[in-house]
Amino acid sequence: MGNKNEKMTPVQQKYQKLAQSKEPKRPVWSNCIRAFLIGGTICLIGEAIRQAFMKYGGFTEKDAGNPTVAILILLSVILTALGVYDKIAQWAGAGSAVPVTGFANSMASSAIEHRSEGTVLGIGAGMFKLAGSVIVFGTVAAFIIGLIYAIFVPGYTGGGGS
Amino acid sequence: MLKGHQSWIFENKPKIVGRAAIVGPFEGDGPLAEDFDIIHSDLYLGQESWEKAEKTLIEESANLAVKKAGLNKEQVQFYFGGDLMNQIISSSFAARSLNIPFLGLFGACSTSMESLALASFTVNHGGAKYALAGTCSHNASAEKQFRYPTEYGSQKPPTAQFTVTGSGAAVVSLEGNGPSVTSATIGRVIDMGISDPFNMGAAMAPAAVDTIQAHFRDLRIDPSYYDLIVTGDLAKIGYDIAKDLLREHRIPMEGTVYKDCGMMIYDYTKQKVQAGASGCACSAVVTYGHLLNQLERGELNRILVVATGALLSPLSFQQGETIPCIAHAVSIENTQAT
Repeated sequence: MGNKNEKMTPVQQKYQKLAQSKEPKRPVWSNCIRAFLIGGTICLIGEAIRQAFMKYGGFTEKDAGNPTVAILILLSVILTALGVYDKIAQWAGAGSAVPVTGFANSMASSAIEHRSEGTVLGIGAGMFKLAGSVIVFGTVAAFIIGLIYAIFVPGYTGGGGS
Repeated sequence: MLKGHQSWIFENKPKIVGRAAIVGPFEGDGPLAEDFDIIHSDLYLGQESWEKAEKTLIEESANLAVKKAGLNKEQVQFYFGGDLMNQIISSSFAARSLNIPFLGLFGACSTSMESLALASFTVNHGGAKYALAGTCSHNASAEKQFRYPTEYGSQKPPTAQFTVTGSGAAVVSLEGNGPSVTSATIGRVIDMGISDPFNMGAAMAPAAVDTIQAHFRDLRIDPSYYDLIVTGDLAKIGYDIAKDLLREHRIPMEGTVYKDCGMMIYDYTKQKVQAGASGCACSAVVTYGHLLNQLERGELNRILVVATGALLSPLSFQQGETIPCIAHAVSIENTQAT
């Protein structure tokens, strides 16, 4: 931003100041609390599902993770399809964006939005418009973390799974 | 006739002989519901895509405006229209079925008054007996093109504006009855360096003020000449800035009432729209529905509508470009009353 401002004329710079003074501040604290509440609730639901899988489904602690994630994704997709997830998100902010349900929402909403453009280029390609960057940068981050482990903890083999 | 630097006076007083304002369900829940000709309860309008729904909106209002003028489509010489979609497909696809010779315009949300100014100019100078001006926007198609998928859960900042689903159209002619279009001021493109597409009001406010200033300078009149001056879709933040700028430029707004269409169409307490409304249809439905009804009832006699447009593209803001903006002003008067 600093560079951009330097290129601006004095009149533009003066206007930026005026515009900034008129801009309502984002309610950071209340956003944080809401994110904590909704994000926490989603994780709590996830944990409840996981415990249920372990208690009633005969899954081990390690195996119960995958079906739990699948159910959370399914719930998120259903809420997206019903047009509810975006309304929750306006209130919850990061709380509904960060958990796996937010990722599912980004894919489902893109698929719904682009289905009018056909199955291949619409749903197929459109689905990853938002999710694509998460996958790319998630993989890059995982690679870097992997390198760090390889250098500093040579004996670590990773756990696999999710 | 050219007056001053960038304004036209329509000395033959072309009249708005037919007009229509059609909106979607969310606008129908707002405070101006009574002023709209049709309120759709289905955001899809029975179509299979948002884009087709938007095209249907403008088709309907164009047909209705022509019908209310007591005409057939064949009697209308030219259709001036535009919208927000890439390559203005809503308007050109509507023109395909309307079958009226078409001039496509792009002025983003200023298209409502850009088209009315050009239609009035054409009629005033004998270029057409009847000319149609119209524009439309759709909340979901605009969200899809400019922002995120409609169902995507992203939190909108308090400066964000809600695109109006609707369309407005007007038939202009020298013959017939209706309020007269008396003058127009064509705006310059102004860029004050705002690059945040979630803060369009702040980006557009300087353009609105520039055009308002030019209008009064060119016509050598005072703001008190008008009962009401409205800007198109500045919403809360842009409106606030515009008021500050008008004061700074010493434009005496005390003698008139200044409002913004983007703050009139939704109920802030019940409808969560952040800063307010935006979109081509915003100023179009407020003008062709609400304001012209008020003019007809004699509650207003002279109004100046300053439609504002942000000339960005989905590509330009991703590349970090600032947002160039424009505003066009058109004055509409009850000539019977004067």
